[in-house]
Amino acid sequence: MNDATGMPQRVLVVGGSSDIARQILLLLARRRLVHVVLCGRDLAAMEEVAGELRRVGVSRAECLSLDLTEPGGLGELAEEATERLGEVDLALFSAGELGSAELEELDAARVSQMVASNFSGQAAIALELAKGLLRQGSGRLVFISSVAGVRVRRANFVYGAAKAGLDSFAIGLSEALRGTGVGVMIVRPGFVRTKMTAGLPAAPFSVGPQEVAAAVLAGLEEGREVVWVPAPLRLVFGLLRLLPQALWRRLPG
Amino acid sequence: MSLAEERQLLAGWGRAGKSAARLVSPSCTQEAEKVLAALGNEGGRPAIARGLGRSYGDAAQCGGGTVIDCRGLTAPFEISPSGLCRAGGGLSIDSLLERAVPAGWFVPVTPGTRQVTVGGAIASDVHGKNHHVDGAFAAHLRRLELVAPTGRILCGPEDPAFAASCGGMGLTGVITEATFQLIPIESSRIKVETERAGDLDACMALLAERAEEHRYSVAWVDGLAGGRKLGRSVVTRGDHARPAELPAGAAKDPLAYRPRQRFRAPLAPPLSPLSPATIALMNEVWYRKAPRTSKTSFESIASFFHPLDAVGDWNLLYGTRGFIQYQYVVPFGAEEVVRDSLERLGRAGHPPYLVVLKTFGPPGQGHLSFPREGWTLALDLPLGRAGLAEVLDGLDELVAEAGGRVYLTKDSRLRPELLEQMYPRLPAWREEARRLDPDGIMSSDLDRRLGLRRSPEKKALGK
Ligand SMILES: Cc1cc2nc3c(=O)[nH]c(=O)nc-3n(C[C@H](O)[C@H](O)[C@H](O)COP(=O)(O)OP(=O)(O)OC[C@H]3O[C@@H](n4cnc5c(N)ncnc54)[C@H](O)[C@@H]3O)c2cc1C
Repeated sequence: MNDATGMPQRVLVVGGSSDIARQILLLLARRRLVHVVLCGRDLAAMEEVAGELRRVGVSRAECLSLDLTEPGGLGELAEEATERLGEVDLALFSAGELGSAELEELDAARVSQMVASNFSGQAAIALELAKGLLRQGSGRLVFISSVAGVRVRRANFVYGAAKAGLDSFAIGLSEALRGTGVGVMIVRPGFVRTKMTAGLPAAPFSVGPQEVAAAVLAGLEEGREVVWVPAPLRLVFGLLRLLPQALWRRLPG
Repeated sequence: MSLAEERQLLAGWGRAGKSAARLVSPSCTQEAEKVLAALGNEGGRPAIARGLGRSYGDAAQCGGGTVIDCRGLTAPFEISPSGLCRAGGGLSIDSLLERAVPAGWFVPVTPGTRQVTVGGAIASDVHGKNHHVDGAFAAHLRRLELVAPTGRILCGPEDPAFAASCGGMGLTGVITEATFQLIPIESSRIKVETERAGDLDACMALLAERAEEHRYSVAWVDGLAGGRKLGRSVVTRGDHARPAELPAGAAKDPLAYRPRQRFRAPLAPPLSPLSPATIALMNEVWYRKAPRTSKTSFESIASFFHPLDAVGDWNLLYGTRGFIQYQYVVPFGAEEVVRDSLERLGRAGHPPYLVVLKTFGPPGQGHLSFPREGWTLALDLPLGRAGLAEVLDGLDELVAEAGGRVYLTKDSRLRPELLEQMYPRLPAWREEARRLDPDGIMSSDLDRRLGLRRSPEKKALGK
């Protein structure tokens, strides 16, 4: 169960080796977390996170292999993870793949793959889980979106477009679930210094995964539907969204 | 009997942590039996009883399962010449008083609202301002009828099912009927002594001194006063007035009883009108209004026992995120826990909006009954600003270390790993609950969250 302060006991993670997910789970472990199922591609990295969680007192931390680009297995994965947890209090969608935005490096297969891992694969699992949460009568879905999807840039447009898809899907799902006891929270971080962005120059308002995690926990406790990290990005992007494309194109970073 | 599939979103009085469940509404014991039998045939979908939903947390909800709305179980309702009351489990204390008071009887224990059912009062083994002299509700209970998943039983104080059901949070089955002793009253007025206390020490001294001399006593503490004023409060002590004591007007019709709801909160306002600033102002006014030295007055039952009932749906005023009531008891000697709680919450920027302090007498029979000898503090805390979860987790530890416990009927967030320490009779309760419900049909969100019925997965204490 989630408690009245929004703290879950049983958590399912899609994108189980992400730095942001790891930090969120470490914070949740200090509150109520007892059982987590990590789903993702990198089993070795996930096993490490699972071990770390067990060491800080989480009684069960398990890993399931997941390939978001294989639409065939997604429904079964949702089922398998739910079965292991018994009840899903919170499902966290934190898979992300920055990929390339250079036309010569991209082809049909690459683009499909990036859309699947950032958007469609996660949306498919989210939909199946949402039905389960509806039967359960309560629960929460948390999507790690990105400001890259709020206004798409040339420098990461495939990633940005996929995140925009995920973000919009989450908004729609949240409307579909209104009044059912199942909630949705969308997290929109700016530039996060993680292994995904290693080597890139940090943009203004950049944050670490710990800061994202702290904002996510605060958002859960406050019952928010949208969380920007850092918070001022909400205003910044409120304005940036209105910029003419010619100006937006020239902005540095 | 087959059960329909209509879902409803339910919450406790604090309005946080909602969940959707199927609602069924039996109107007599036989129907309640049929509901439980049908649930058994369905194969293990959980169910829980619900009364008037005045528990603050998730005790009377069961996400994905079935909630048995007991408000229709109002029959029987009889008061014998000696004041023995036989009442349906769904009868409200409100309706009970309407009939009992004019006849010269009063409930042995009333919580701070009369909008609770008899079944809810038993399942939470509620206490009133008289716990230090009269004990909790179950102490006055002679017999109860329980529809457990294994069948209908009648039990009395010597039966194991009784000790498991009083304070058992509905997890042993549906309480369909109860017989308990009312107390005689000669008037519907309370003779009240009101006095203010400048700080916590003064308040505790007032509550503790000559405690047995008054049947009812309680302190309303200003949760926003800090520093030297920490714990400043208004202490009221009362007794049922004799007609001879009453002022002329009231003496004419000493048992007159006309409780009224004066206002109703319209809708949940998008922004809560309550804030530390408005509450601080209200507290200031109310503190200054109270007499410096003891003053006697006569109050109605409604205004002395159920002041909050004057505003219907007042819980909506806390806004859409709702609120928590955190109530605990710590043994005498652990006064510092009370001081620490107020200090920590103030320092963290989460001052309680409503604070009530009183003393408890010895515990009763219920395995999971909340009261034990000591100080009980109840704090209303608005939700919606991060950081409260962490402060309360810290307070849980202080309370457990002091040998105290948190009240389950108010709870919506306790650290599950402290449950067994706080409720040492949990193993005995679990055994009896298993006997009455071997398939684990009775369950609630509270049960699932804290692992009341099952030993929870062990979780080490986090830092
Ligand atoms: C303003 C206010 C003041 C309060 N003051 C006090 C106080 O001073 N002292 C105190 O002790 N409590 C107090 N309470 C709490 C309240 O008395 C208890 O939570 C009580 O149990 C509520 O009764 P209910 O009928 O609303 O039950 P619900 O809230 O609907 O249910 C509470 C519990 O009782 C169980 N239950 C309900 N009906 C039945 C039944 N027929 N058979 C089996 N189980 C059943 C439910 O499963 C649940 O576990 C207060 C609450 C409010 C809102």
